[in-house]
Amino acid sequence: MADLRTNLAGIKSPNPFWLASAPPTNSGYQIMKAFDAGWGGAVWKTLGVPVVNVSSRYGAVNYRDKRMVGFNNIELITDRPLKDNLREISEVKKRFPDHAVIASLMVETKEEWHQIVRDVENAGADGIELNFGCPHGMCERGMGSAVGQEPKVLQMIVEWVKEVAKVPVITKLTPNISDITRPARAARAGGSDAISLINTIQSIVGVDIDQFVPYPIVDGKSTNGGYCGPAVKPIALNMVKNCAQHPDVNLPISGIGGVENWRDAVEFILLGATTVQVCTAVMHFGFGIIREILPGLERYMDEKGFKTIDDFRGKALPNIKHWEDLNLKYKVTASINESKCIGCQLCYTACEDGAHQAIALSSDPANRIPSIIDENCVGCNLCSLVCPVEDCITMERRDDGKEHLTWGERTAAGNIPKTFDDPLAGGLHHWVPEPAEALVKKKPKHYKG
Amino acid sequence: MAEYKRPTTEAEFAANFHPKKPLMSDTEAYYESSRCLYCYDAPCITACPTGIDIPTFIRQINNDNKDGAAKTIYDSNWMGHACGNVCPTEELCEGACVYNHQDVKPIEIGRLQAHATDKVIRSKKKLFITGKPTGKKVAVIGAGPAGVSCACELRMLGHAVDIYEAREKPSGLCVYGVAPYKLTNEEAVDEIAYLQEQFGFNVHYKKPVTGRAELDKLEKDYDAIFIGIGLGGTSALGIPGEDKKGVMGALEFVEELRNKHHATPVGNKVIVLGGGNTAMDAASESCRMGAESVTISYRRGPEEMGAYSFEFDLAKKSGSKALFNVTPVEVLGNGSVTGVKFIRNKAAYGKIEEIPGSEFVEPCDMVLLGTGQGKQVELLKLVSGLTLDQKGRIVVNENYQVDNPKYFAAGDAMNGGVEVVNAAAEAKRAAHGIDQYLKK
Ligand SMILES: Cc1cc2nc3c(=O)[nH]c(=O)nc-3n(C[C@H](O)[C@H](O)[C@H](O)COP(=O)(O)OP(=O)(O)OC[C@H]3O[C@@H](n4cnc5c(N)ncnc54)[C@H](O)[C@@H]3O)c2cc1C
Ligand SMILES: Cc1cc2nc3c(=O)[nH]c(=O)nc-3n(C[C@H](O)[C@H](O)[C@H](O)COP(=O)(O)O)c2cc1C
Ligand code: SF4
Ligand code: SF4
Ligand code: SF4
Repeated sequence: MADLRTNLAGIKSPNPFWLASAPPTNSGYQIMKAFDAGWGGAVWKTLGVPVVNVSSRYGAVNYRDKRMVGFNNIELITDRPLKDNLREISEVKKRFPDHAVIASLMVETKEEWHQIVRDVENAGADGIELNFGCPHGMCERGMGSAVGQEPKVLQMIVEWVKEVAKVPVITKLTPNISDITRPARAARAGGSDAISLINTIQSIVGVDIDQFVPYPIVDGKSTNGGYCGPAVKPIALNMVKNCAQHPDVNLPISGIGGVENWRDAVEFILLGATTVQVCTAVMHFGFGIIREILPGLERYMDEKGFKTIDDFRGKALPNIKHWEDLNLKYKVTASINESKCIGCQLCYTACEDGAHQAIALSSDPANRIPSIIDENCVGCNLCSLVCPVEDCITMERRDDGKEHLTWGERTAAGNIPKTFDDPLAGGLHHWVPEPAEALVKKKPKHYKG
Repeated sequence: MAEYKRPTTEAEFAANFHPKKPLMSDTEAYYESSRCLYCYDAPCITACPTGIDIPTFIRQINNDNKDGAAKTIYDSNWMGHACGNVCPTEELCEGACVYNHQDVKPIEIGRLQAHATDKVIRSKKKLFITGKPTGKKVAVIGAGPAGVSCACELRMLGHAVDIYEAREKPSGLCVYGVAPYKLTNEEAVDEIAYLQEQFGFNVHYKKPVTGRAELDKLEKDYDAIFIGIGLGGTSALGIPGEDKKGVMGALEFVEELRNKHHATPVGNKVIVLGGGNTAMDAASESCRMGAESVTISYRRGPEEMGAYSFEFDLAKKSGSKALFNVTPVEVLGNGSVTGVKFIRNKAAYGKIEEIPGSEFVEPCDMVLLGTGQGKQVELLKLVSGLTLDQKGRIVVNENYQVDNPKYFAAGDAMNGGVEVVNAAAEAKRAAHGIDQYLKK
């Protein structure tokens, strides 16, 4: 049986699933309920000088019938007095001594940092997370992402915290920066024990096109918010990878951003995360999603023969290269499984209009199964991505696997296109229809023109 | 056996005749429209006789543009709402949906169509601007699906239109033929009112065109004449006893049902003669009216029935039984019908042969003749130059013009009786035929 126990820089938890600092961790009540449901840890809703929030706080991106594929908020840190939170931290720790309770903190002055670190440690917190991420409201006050975007300031504050902290310190990074490894390196330089990422991304999720105001609307006005949920996972994965691969970061990682099922968690772990944190998925579906997440991860690990999380942590990292180190001799082309094809012709129109005109239709209108024009297929994958039938279009390897040549190697050998009309242009021999052919092509009745 | 209690109130009738395709809520329409793949050169379009741009209207529903969706539908089919409800979609658009090949439920195109068109009918949103007046006038005979579709299209082309309708309500068989669980009278009539409001064609009700004198007047007053009179009443079967009390045409039964609802008299034991869609409807409807037993009888085997299999399935699900390979030879009874005498058949070389001595009597107190509709041959013969084929259908050229160039025809009167959607498709094209003729 898979052993899900984790240890992030000394913070232990029965499994790698933590609640991210956010509304689900607003109170001891919620956290107890989550631990009882099976969550391994929780990062308390960021503590500091309590704020006052606006009413109307969230907005969402829906994709067709799927709600909240992206989520945005204009909330600030906790609006509850510190002493109430401290009392509840103690209570939770008493009842769940083996679960991880991490206090997220955001204050201004050195004195405040020292004070609050001591307070939460006294209350029993297993670790501290420094919130340098909030992209709205707090940064205007010189906190949150205002700090996260200034590696020097970030490092200084980490140092202040480390002056007094006895428990491990995690620095939470904002993605609202061009190179995530800069604040990550600053965190390390300041003595941080771990990093967590990503916090939310500055965003406007949509605009009310009748009232001419973005969402969420507060009395006819709005402001930019922080974006999260499934839509941000790709950005988070990339940033986690960047930190995990950078030799000067070299810190344990708690991965955050769009995690909602066991597979998401596996992906973060394969890219170097030790634990993952979840916010939006819980705000959407409640703590109960852990019922799917835990057995899913266990089954995956058992199937792969991984005994512990460490067995596969970072396992995908060696396979992530720079573009110039990819093999230019590798060649795939699309292949349609005719017995599976349902004849929607989405692959045709995608390749025809959006790619390389490498898919043909049958001249018999009764036969709706398209065919690949092998010579034209560049192996971009588009058709296989739009095809609604699982495993109907597969990308088949066409080279013999014997040759290996990268852009880097070609550059070193001087074998790359250098002039505008260079005969080495990759698409030189690629067949493209004459422009005017577009106008004589037969089109379906309803297409304009 | 009776699965349905005999309805005695309007509410009980409504419960028994619950819509087969109930109107979708906004949420259901949103979910369902989300599923559409937006196929290229979509096969659902090809399967629709009016060629509605289905993926586009579904996408418009999904993107919160229901007026636009309704416009897309009406652009191709003036009977958009009726068709959404009554079309045999299993055989048409939905039957062609690519999801069928994946063993996934096809998109509910009919219900989505009804949803979008219902919105504009209720909001009375004006979607079309009629064409610049040409000064030409066209008379349309019959305010059924064919007549109204032709009228709308003619108005788009700028011609003035007067419709002459025999009855007091428009929409033809949509109000007195189609099963009540498909479309209500209000739904049918509201759509026509909505169209009339936008297109401003005139309908003269209770004005049947019956004689040469009326035709003369139309020919004098109008530049062209469109015939959309549909078919006639149920044809006689030609067996002894057919005139007994309790024997009636399936069509006439349906018509009564559409108007009188639960007050329509229905027997306890009903025999429906025939294997077409009208017979299936009459059987399903008799069941819903609380008949104790309903028996469909057909001369050949089930696979040869003219009815769509889904209509037969519905009749069976509603509680009907079926007798195959039997021919009715006599309606029995003393004044009122008490039974039907049948003889069994066997198939031989594609023909059916009666089996001597195999007669039997099936008791009943009502017989519905689903033996097909007659044609309005008398009237049509009065139009000089108009040709009818052996089946009594009006012969037209590719412009839906009859041999007398002033006359055009479409719908049941021309195609012999198909579906509302066919009438709508043909009549729209006929309007263009008329337009070409008037431009000459
Ligand atoms: C029982 C039954 C069930 C059906 N169910 C369906 C179904 O579920 N789905 C479907 O798509 N189709 C169905 N149909 C077929 C469909 O109703 C017809 O194909 C369609 O209505 C044909 O339209 P039309 O305009 O040609 O004729 P009709 O609908 O018959 O309209 C003809 C109009 O002309 C009028 N008229 C006739 N003679 C004259 C005259 N001399 N002067 C003036 N006016 C005249 C009539 O009163 C009528 O209003 C069904 C038909 C029947 C009989
Ligand atoms: C309403 C809301 C409030 C949040 N408040 C905090 C906060 O106080 N402190 C913090 O570090 N992150 C906060 N976050 C960010 C989350 O902890 C998390 O980093 C982010 O939502 C990405 O994870 P997800 O995709 O699982 O939601 C908040 C997020 C949301 C949606
Ligand atoms: S892989 Fe790309 S180029 Fe090849 S057929 Fe598919 S879409 Fe076209
Ligand atoms: S996208 Fe897939 S299912 Fe659709 S036509 Fe192409 S191969 Fe067939
Ligand atoms: S065939 Fe089905 S999925 Fe494709 S466009 Fe038509 S309704 Fe949509």
